Amino acid sequence: MSTTFSRGDVERVARLARLELTAEEKDLFARQLTGILAYAEQIQRVPTDDIEPTSHAGDAAALRDDTLIPSLPREESLAAGPGADPSTGLFKVPRVLG
Amino acid sequence: MDLPTDVRSIRDAVVKRDVSAVEVCQAALDRIDALNAPLNAFRAIARERALARAAELDGRRHGASLPLLGVPIALKDNLCTRGIPTTASSRILENYVPPYDATVVKRLEAAGAVIVGKTNCDEFAMGSSTENSAYGPTRNPWALDRTPGGSSGGSAAAVAAGMVAVALGSDTGGSIRQPAALCGVVGFKPSYARVSRYGLLAFASSLDQIGPFASSVCDAALVLNVIAGHDACDATSSQAAVPDFSAALSGEGDLRGIRIGVPRHLFREGVDRDVMQAFDAAIEVTRHRGAEIVDVTLEHSPEAIPVYYVIATAEASANLARYDGVRYGFRAKDAATLTEMYDRTRGRGFGREVKRRVILGTYVLSAGYYDAYYRKAQQVRTLIRRDYDRAFTSADVIAMPTSPTAAFKLGERTDDPVQMYLSDVFTVGANLAGLPGISLPCGFTATRLPIGLQFTGRVLEDATVLRVAHAYERATSWSKERPPVASELSR
Repeated sequence: MSTTFSRGDVERVARLARLELTAEEKDLFARQLTGILAYAEQIQRVPTDDIEPTSHAGDAAALRDDTLIPSLPREESLAAGPGADPSTGLFKVPRVLG
Repeated sequence: MDLPTDVRSIRDAVVKRDVSAVEVCQAALDRIDALNAPLNAFRAIARERALARAAELDGRRHGASLPLLGVPIALKDNLCTRGIPTTASSRILENYVPPYDATVVKRLEAAGAVIVGKTNCDEFAMGSSTENSAYGPTRNPWALDRTPGGSSGGSAAAVAAGMVAVALGSDTGGSIRQPAALCGVVGFKPSYARVSRYGLLAFASSLDQIGPFASSVCDAALVLNVIAGHDACDATSSQAAVPDFSAALSGEGDLRGIRIGVPRHLFREGVDRDVMQAFDAAIEVTRHRGAEIVDVTLEHSPEAIPVYYVIATAEASANLARYDGVRYGFRAKDAATLTEMYDRTRGRGFGREVKRRVILGTYVLSAGYYDAYYRKAQQVRTLIRRDYDRAFTSADVIAMPTSPTAAFKLGERTDDPVQMYLSDVFTVGANLAGLPGISLPCGFTATRLPIGLQFTGRVLEDATVLRVAHAYERATSWSKERPPVASELSR
């Protein structure tokens, strides 16, 4: 398979990734991602029938007891947020429903 | 008197009160002040906090038990530091001040280290030249028109220029070892899960690892002793016992009984002649020290770069979803709706390489492409791991050049992502297989740019890698070479 990454593909994926792109970026990424995918396609030539996928390099994550431990105070967690409203203990965001 | 510059001498001098921690800290700050303008190695300098901390250590009565007492240390800017801005060199985290310390930061401070600042890097550790920083590139102390490598270029340059004895970086595909090679210092990527990542701004969670830069293998081992070990805050961190890495070093530098595997089939093309000559000479040194040199084959290594870029970008697209203008950092102010706010915050807050990778990662995970790219890459990753397993039946460590070239010029590869990605051709394998890897100096090019030698070892056999590297270091003097920054840069 040989993939051409079109400007429309860039727009579709950028919507999924919640990224606003400039017109220049869309053209640039379409061109560069076509090149990167052409390069990445060499993995298609490797036979992998019956090969299990590796999702991480370590042992399986260890389970722990579900015990309560202290977490950051709410005011500190809110302190770095651009929409933080410490008086309510919430983050403010633009209107969600019209 | 001249102040000591290596970890052990600094600590011993401060313990004996030959010098104070404040004097050592002030000397580091002075050197940073003198050299940071040309190098741009530091993003933030924590002057008052560092001096206050050093004074506090000087006032302690029982500091002698602390293994890093009074040692100034720099941290890559993707490690969270309570009260010190942490940006990962991204606009989207401009002015972000974390409310907590990374586990490695806590452990270093508990061991008596003094954090002097945060170092520049490629944005969210994505890059091989530190040119993807939103705050300008770092320059290589050996040649100011060249990159220090990346993504931990600021940490590598800071140690090379003698601004600090030790710095931490993170390595997802070579981001400690490659800049260490290009800056002529030691850089160590521990085994996956050997060091807690709690408080590391995640890039690709199945690959990321934190590790030290230092001017000797011995110093790197001293730092690893402090930061390694299980952490309840990182469920992926290994429960395996932590050996004394310093005690495991080679003593007299004897390599008898060690088998060093060399995958010569990977060096047929694309490796600079100066790099290949330095590597061959280094292998001869290890042979003279008693090592047995064996041929090994890593059949799927040519596919390691594309496998890496599929897996790393897929994981990055998920990890970077959290930067949405709500909880930290930058928010676009002109949005009328929530989704518009997300789109604009991320579109303006992220730089081009990050956006390129988030788009690639989102694409390879999207419906219809998941099996062809992401799952396929994970299967080839299994084959790459098996190649290493097989090679390690006949070899104890594997030696390769760290990077196929010495430091390249600023701007030379920024227009061609694939060319830039090839900088990592010899380093990504260790991340995909979870192996420990070290880069240490093994020579210079004709134009006096440093060349790095890499050893990788079996999973959790970090001590073996350090031991072999230490033996090589003892047999040569490359690690003692320093860039002539003091005279040249202050002119």
